[in-house]
Amino acid sequence: MSDLTNLTVAEIRDGVAAGTFSAREVATAFNAEVEVGRKLNAYIVETPEKALEAADVADAVRKSGDLKPLSGVPLGMKDLFCTEGVQSTAASHILEGFTPTYESTVSARLWDAGAGMLGKLNLDQFAMGSSNETSYFGNVVSPWRDASGKDLAPGGSSGGSSAAISARLCPAATGTDTGGSIRQPAAFTGISGIKPTYGRCSRWGIVAFASSLDQAGSMARTVKDNAILLEAMAGFDPKDATSLDAPVPQWEAGLSSDLKGKTVGIPKEYRPDGLNPEIEALWDKGIAWLKDAGAEVVEVSLPHTQYALPTYYIIAPAEASSNLARYDGVRYGLRDLPDGAGLQDMYAATRAAGFGDEVKRRIMIGTYVLSAGFYDAYYTQACKVRALIARDFEAAWEKCDLLLTPTAPSAAFALGEKQADPLAMYLNDVFTVPASLAGLPAMSVPGGLDSAGLPLGLQIIGKALDEQGVLNASLALEERAGFTARPEKWW
Amino acid sequence: MSIDITTVKKVASLARIAVTDDQAEKLVPELNNILGWVEQLGEVDVSGVEPMTAVIPNHLRLREDAVNADPLTGGNVRDKVLANAPQAEHGFFAVPKVIE
Repeated sequence: MSDLTNLTVAEIRDGVAAGTFSAREVATAFNAEVEVGRKLNAYIVETPEKALEAADVADAVRKSGDLKPLSGVPLGMKDLFCTEGVQSTAASHILEGFTPTYESTVSARLWDAGAGMLGKLNLDQFAMGSSNETSYFGNVVSPWRDASGKDLAPGGSSGGSSAAISARLCPAATGTDTGGSIRQPAAFTGISGIKPTYGRCSRWGIVAFASSLDQAGSMARTVKDNAILLEAMAGFDPKDATSLDAPVPQWEAGLSSDLKGKTVGIPKEYRPDGLNPEIEALWDKGIAWLKDAGAEVVEVSLPHTQYALPTYYIIAPAEASSNLARYDGVRYGLRDLPDGAGLQDMYAATRAAGFGDEVKRRIMIGTYVLSAGFYDAYYTQACKVRALIARDFEAAWEKCDLLLTPTAPSAAFALGEKQADPLAMYLNDVFTVPASLAGLPAMSVPGGLDSAGLPLGLQIIGKALDEQGVLNASLALEERAGFTARPEKWW
Repeated sequence: MSIDITTVKKVASLARIAVTDDQAEKLVPELNNILGWVEQLGEVDVSGVEPMTAVIPNHLRLREDAVNADPLTGGNVRDKVLANAPQAEHGFFAVPKVIE
């Protein structure tokens, strides 16, 4: 029954409802693939019993006709979401062994909708990275390979999610996106993923990185699956002060790839000198596809684009340095208490032992830009430039409804290739960070393969709260790209 | 503006992260590279621009003034709160002695 693992979320949901197969058969098939796929290191914790338990509930209620929106669908859960009774680490040593006594709002909503958990997915430590090389639990390896045969990056930070979906170790998964952590890994692995408007999904119970940017979203193989998943994840939560008190639209029912009457903007600043010609060619194809779907295409300008990354790399570390102050060896997680050490020494030793290099680097940058004498020059200035970046989008919306851009400046690179140079790694998020800074919904869909046979993604950015517009344009791209490639199984 | 090893050690101390001399030495160029790059923001004209405080317009709510309005964030869960503590004693978090 291994072909069950090639089904989409919609197909599993409908097949279970129709009785074509049982939810237990689906969960069993995925549990087996998770085990076979251990070489990819996509899962930190496997929870086959939880997947089976939810499947058995689905099979039982099918008979009584009480199926829920995700009954029978097993999912991967990014290990940034706190899950009651299951270790939640943010891929860090400092939280190794941490077993929450509560469930994050987003994961609770998915379980309430009938989904089951296959396991906790690996990620960059505290979601800080673009290649999944900063996890304390080891690199995630992309299931994709090029002719070099080298291990490739699955993207980051949701790299366990992207690798697992693309390798059919789960039909869909949660991700979180602070500066591109859903979209860039989706692009690297030939799947799709959406970051909704900031505030759509509750942040309660998600390990915090940069709270003004962090947003949960879905990752799956089709646009429709993302609509289904996001509908279950989103919704008002009084426990998150920035949660949007707005009704959740029926995104799946609203899907339509007819873009007549829509105008799509092409931001000229996203076409820098030296843009990879294969990316540029795919972008041009995307423009043609959207025109074919009925959209009008216009050039727009987002003049502050070049400042988005430096703005992000002040704001995100600043917020991280504050958020991560809670890891002190007192309340949860690791404690390193050298002989005879006092409280302050314990804090410093615990944090030195518990955080990885990239996390320390960002905490220190954040501490520096927030320190007395530098706060205005760095942090306040960045918050002002962020306002200008958001204004650029506002101005663009006077001319268009959506934006089309590439998702990432390159296809997946080899693990280790950019590890020595933090700045080169940061530049990978150049096309995804601006929408994050403005809190806008944005989605990546696979557009095709490059000459090395690796997937490339296209990004649709929409107005605040217009996830439907983003999903619809993404669907139009998906239908025309006809992307069916999948990695050849070597694991 | 570039930072030196003294500043790196000061920042590490503010961030409560123990660093050895070797580690601090290595961090100097790494942090300088990043800070040198973000300094380009200084060239943006931001006169008359208010710093962004909320990315999506939203109003701050007040919750109902009731004890345990939401059991997930309410009280009377001492054992749950302490469940993950590296060291809990007599219903408290325990830390090394802080009185000199």
